[in-house]
Order: sequence, then structure tokens, then C-alpha cells
Amino acid sequence: MTANHRNAGTTRPAAHRNRQHRSPEPMTSPAPSAAPVRARFAPFERLGLALVRLFDPPMRAVQRLVGVGRMPYVFLLPNALFFGVFVFLPIGINIVFSVTGGTALFPSQRPYVGGQQYAYLLDCGSYLEPATCREDHFWRGVANTLKFTIFQMIAMVLFSLAAALVLNRPIRGRGFFRAVFFFPVLLSPVVVALIWKWILQRDGLLNAVLTTAGGEKILFFVDPGWAMFWSVFVSVWAHMGFYTLILLAGLQAIPRDIYEAAEMDGTRPWRTLVRITLPLLWPNLLVVLVLVLIRSVQVFDEVFVLTGGGPGTATMMIVQYIYTTAFANQVQNFGLAAAASVLLGLVLFGLTLLQLYFTRRKAA
Amino acid sequence: MTKTMWALGCALALSLLGSTVAQAQTTLRMMWYSDGNEGEVMADLLKRFEDKNKDIKVVLDNAPFKAITETLPVQLASGQGPDIARITDMGGLAPFLLDLRPHLKDAATFEKNYGPFLEWMRVPGNTTAIPGYMTQLTVTGPFVNKTLFEQAGVPMPGPKATWEEWAKALKTVADKVKAPFPLALDRSGHRFFGLAVSQGAKVVDAKGEPAVVDEGFKRAAQLIVDWHKSGVMSKELWGSVSGAAYRGANEEFKNAQVVMYVSGSWQIAQFDKTVGDAFDWVAVPTPCGPANCSGMPGGAGLVGIKATKNPAEVARLLEWLASDEVVSEFYSRTLFVPGNLSVAKKGVAYPSAKPQAAAALKVFGEAVAAIDPAAYKIQGWTNSRIVFNAAISRIGQAVSGETTLDEAYKRIESDVAQQIAERAKKQ
Repeated sequence: MTANHRNAGTTRPAAHRNRQHRSPEPMTSPAPSAAPVRARFAPFERLGLALVRLFDPPMRAVQRLVGVGRMPYVFLLPNALFFGVFVFLPIGINIVFSVTGGTALFPSQRPYVGGQQYAYLLDCGSYLEPATCREDHFWRGVANTLKFTIFQMIAMVLFSLAAALVLNRPIRGRGFFRAVFFFPVLLSPVVVALIWKWILQRDGLLNAVLTTAGGEKILFFVDPGWAMFWSVFVSVWAHMGFYTLILLAGLQAIPRDIYEAAEMDGTRPWRTLVRITLPLLWPNLLVVLVLVLIRSVQVFDEVFVLTGGGPGTATMMIVQYIYTTAFANQVQNFGLAAAASVLLGLVLFGLTLLQLYFTRRKAA
Repeated sequence: MTKTMWALGCALALSLLGSTVAQAQTTLRMMWYSDGNEGEVMADLLKRFEDKNKDIKVVLDNAPFKAITETLPVQLASGQGPDIARITDMGGLAPFLLDLRPHLKDAATFEKNYGPFLEWMRVPGNTTAIPGYMTQLTVTGPFVNKTLFEQAGVPMPGPKATWEEWAKALKTVADKVKAPFPLALDRSGHRFFGLAVSQGAKVVDAKGEPAVVDEGFKRAAQLIVDWHKSGVMSKELWGSVSGAAYRGANEEFKNAQVVMYVSGSWQIAQFDKTVGDAFDWVAVPTPCGPANCSGMPGGAGLVGIKATKNPAEVARLLEWLASDEVVSEFYSRTLFVPGNLSVAKKGVAYPSAKPQAAAALKVFGEAVAAIDPAAYKIQGWTNSRIVFNAAISRIGQAVSGETTLDEAYKRIESDVAQQIAERAKKQ
């Protein structure tokens, strides 16, 4: 019945009215079925109550001990401990590693070398030319990550903005398309990269299409330009849905009446986009921009699986450099890798501060 | 219904009781990787060992080769790890290996059978340790798709043909039959040195110091780069991943896209299974260079780990596995070239091998005899893997056109020097 109702309105205002009409319906309809639902969840409720009863006395005792005012810290403690052990402690250990040398695993057995690892990393003839650096792989990683970040950021923001704008229109099957765009976000990056690898390799799907159309096979992973292009493409494809979702939420927060006013004034669509939509979406766009930036500086798994960092070192990113230096090389150089991660960490820290700043400004 | 429940309950109680009794056993963990069917054969042998030695239980942990090369060293450095492991970087892991000698019943026989290879497993300066035995001796060498040669109507170069002669023939064949890979060489430093040794590369000088980039090395690197330019080699192997990442051409060879695949004797069992008689594949003697016609030796050792809590049991198991009778059954069923001298002298029969695999085994057996002393020296040197990795990583860059060979040579030397220096830093 509701379905008929929904299709009944042919003109937009009518549909609008319908929606308003219908809104109380869902609220009233669950009432008759509430009782069986409650019966179904009764065991859980009992379990919940039992848990509460179990934890209530000790928590009360704690409250008496520390006082009500300090209770929030008690609740923060488990999480703080967790973060301490798995985030702050490793950061500390990492810094210790970065000022030591040798191949021993335990810091206590590693000789102290001071800033030697950093000096080695930063020893360059010219920072613009990786080949002049002593550790050229690190700087190639930096250059590649920079290139990747710029291309990926532009493509990601443009495509997710376009997708969000389209998905915000009253198009047929909108819910379906929103789900489709979000779907790749749910996949593991390794799976995404493997799927695309199968599409792009010598005897892959894309080359099959190309040869069927009368073209020549292209070896995408042998050409540096193509390898970088597909790394960016796959990354955008995989993560676009997430940013589309953020922008979509931002678009829906823009009050309708502004558009209606613009419509009454006979504003052209392009002008509406540039003068109304984009300025009002700007705080969200900034957040997306910074998030994309942070994610792309950290990129590793999907590119590593897709191209292996090749050809040569054309798609080797900083994180891959760190991984290779610490674990894949014959001499596992933890010190140098730790120094490189500290440098990368500093960059990410700066970007995160930027993101916090924008988020806070948006909230204000 | 209740009866069955009772029966089930009793069975459960009994099995729990049984397992507590079994707790009295010593459990040994063996970390293992497989190229072919050797994991199954080892599992079979272990079962037999457990039947004879009720007090020992062996858990076989099958791991990918990457875990052996990347994860195991970290585990060992932290004092953890399995009791026994199958490894290829014996020199690099030597400090973590258990000396079985005090626990062996007959150390003299063990030493006699595995003598030259034990040196690969010892820390420099040590001349007595017996860390384990060789599950296989390997030698690099080429496999040829003879069917493609026949289809192209090109005669195959003879046993003493040079690398250049082979390259020319391979290109002609590939052009005629439209195979995308005339010559495929594993993207691996060890395989590169299979070529470089024949060109006269020595890697180490008389004093034991690294002297990597010599005339022979340069000749080999130049050949690789030229072959990629002229289309004898496809960039897909050497030019498509970065660093020291390994890349083989097994799939491509199996799909008859490769005319000659330079890999090694460990591939025989796999090709016997995957290629079978889909086409005529043969192993041929390693092509010759100005210095010799040698490939690179190598192999995998099954070694005890120093951190084990049960050194006596580890020694008992390894001594049994390394005994002539058991190990020759292992070599025979896995189609491996024997790494036990007395077994090698007697010869191993390979009844399960198809005619093509048997022929290939014969060729590789002869190739072992042709290994140049320089190749043994390179393989046995503690820092050889540093050199292998630096070479593959930098020549890979040159192949992809990112650097010149001259630049690559300088980088190889500085990479090797830096890593050896880092390894030497001790507290």
C-alpha cells in the first residue's frame, strides 16, 4: 500500500507533500508488533541485567574510593591503557630504534648511534634529485608518494564530489547506486589490488578486450606512467565511496529553502553549484581533502600488491621503503627504517593537526 | 538417545585422558616450505619416526617461502622460533643454529656425508659445528621448451654453446612461434650469479673482502640489459617489481610462453606435475661464458634452532632423517638432487619420475659436477645474499630504464658496503 502511495505523486510538490503525510506512519506502525519483539529480545535483556548486577557492586566500590568527580577517568582508563600499549609505547620504541644501529632486535643490545640514521637519510646533493642522495630509495619513495598524493587527491575529490552531487539528485534507483559506490570500501585493499591485477596483467581482462577490439596488448606494469596511473585509479576506485558518503551527508545538510529561493530567482544550475552548493559544502570538502591527504601519504598495501613498487622503483612509496628496509632486506636495518618512520610520522602529525583545525572550525 | 550421549561422554573423557598421557611427549615444531611435493613426503617420514619414537611428536608447520626469508630471522633474533626449520640462507642464520654434535650418536658419519655443506651453515671461523643436513642440493640451470624449437624448425644449440648463441637461437624461435618470452631468468640475485659466474664474476677477493663489480659481473649485467633492449628477455620479470622481490616464470613456462627458462633443479618435480607431457620440456647444460659453463649451487638445509628446549630430541630426529636410508628415500620421492655425499655416490633412483623428469634429473646431476669452485665460494660466503639482493635491485632499475648501468654499479658497491657495515655494528 505504501508503495502505491509513493508512486501516486507524479509532480514534485505532490511527492513532497506525500512524504510529509507519510512521516507519522512508520512511527505508529511498529506499535502492534512491539510485544513479540520484546519477547524475542527478553533473554538478552535478562543477560544485560545480569551483567549490570554483576558489575554494579565493584563499580560502586570504586566510585566510593575515587569520588564521583574522578569516575570519568576510571572509564577512560581501559582505552587509555590500550592506546598506551599499542600506540604510544610503539612510538617510543620506534624512536629508540631510530637512534641505534646494527642488526640486533632488542634495543638493549643495539649500539647507540645518535642522529646518524637521520643524517644518512637526509644526506643529499639536491633534494629535488633522488639520484644525488645517499639513500636514493628513500627519496624516490618520497617523490613517488608526493606524485601519487597530488594525483590521487585531485582525482578523489573531483570524482567523489561528482558522485555525491549525482547521488543527491532524485534519480531512479538512488539507494541502489549509493550502495554500489560504497561497496568497494568494504573490500580488503589486498583483494581490490588482486582483482585489478588480474584485470590488468598481460593475459588479463582488459588486454583481452583490447585485442578483441583489434588493438595491441599493453603491458601496464612495465611502463612507469601506466603503473602510476593504475595505482591512483585503483586507489580512487576503492576509497571513493567513503568520501562520497561524507560529501553526501554535507549536501543533505544544506537547507532546501536556499535552493528554492534560487529557483524562484531563476538562477542557472551552474551558478547554483558555484555560488550555493560549493561554498556551503566547503567545510566538508576541506575535511575530505585532508583525510585523503593523510590516507595517500600512508598508502602501501594496495599499491604494493598491485605493482610491487615497480617498474624499477616507479611506484615504490615511503611505507614500502620502510617495510623493505626493516624486513625484506637481507640485513634487516631496523634503525634506518625507524628513522624513516619517524620522519613520515612527523609529516602525518602535521597533516592531522591541519585536519583537527578544519574540523574544529567547521564545528564552530 | 541417552545411551549414545553416555557413550559420547565416555569417549570424550577417554580422549581427554589419552591426551593428558600424551602430554608426557616432547613436541617439536618444524617450520617447512615446499616447492613441490616435499612437504607431503616429509609428513609421511615424520609419521614413521613418531611410530618408532613414541616420546616425540613433531608438528610440521607449512609456511610460505617468504615467511622463511622474512619472518623467521626476526623470530630467531628475538629468541623465539621453531625447534627445526628448513632454510636456504644458511650463512645468514648461522648464529642462531644449534650444534647437534654433542647429541649425535655418530657425528663422524654425519660429517662425512654432509661435510662441504656444513661449512655453509657455520659462523665464520667455526670448523666443527653440525647444525643440520641438506634436504636438497640445488644447481641453477635452464629448462627448454623443445616443442617450440621443433615448431620453429630451429636446431637447439649443443652442450657447449655460449649464452650469446643461445640468446640468438631463442629469439629466432620466439619470433617464429610468437612466444612472448624467448628467455626468462628468475628475478633473483642467485640466478643472476648463475650467469655472472660463467662470465668470470668472483664477488670476493683473495682476502675475503667484497669485490663485487668486476669484469665478469659487468659482462653479465650488460648482457641482461642488452637482452631486455633487444627483446630476448621481457621486462615483465626483471622490470616490473622493485627491490629484491623474487619473480619466477613458472606459470609462463607452463603455458608454453617461454622458450628457455633459467631457474634450477628444484623446479623438476613441479614441472613433472604441472607440465607433464603437455609439451616436450628438457633440461640442458648451463650455457657457457668466457670463464666456464657453471651454474650456481644452492640448497635447502634442515637445521636445529639454538633456542630449542629439547636439543637432544632435535638431534635424534635430524640424525634419523639425515641417515642414508631415510634421506635417499626422501630425495627419490621428491625428485631432488642429493645433498648427501655417500647417497650421491651410490646414485638415487627416481622411480616415480616420468621420463622427462628423469632426463632432467640426469642433466642437473651432471651440472653439479660442472660447478666451478668460484661458484661454491660465492655461495658459501656469509654476505653473499647482501650482494645478491643489491645486484638484483639495482640491475632491475637499470633494466626498467631508471638508471644507467654505471650508476647501478656504484650503487651496488655502496649498498653492499653499507649493509655489511650495519651488520658489523655491535654493542
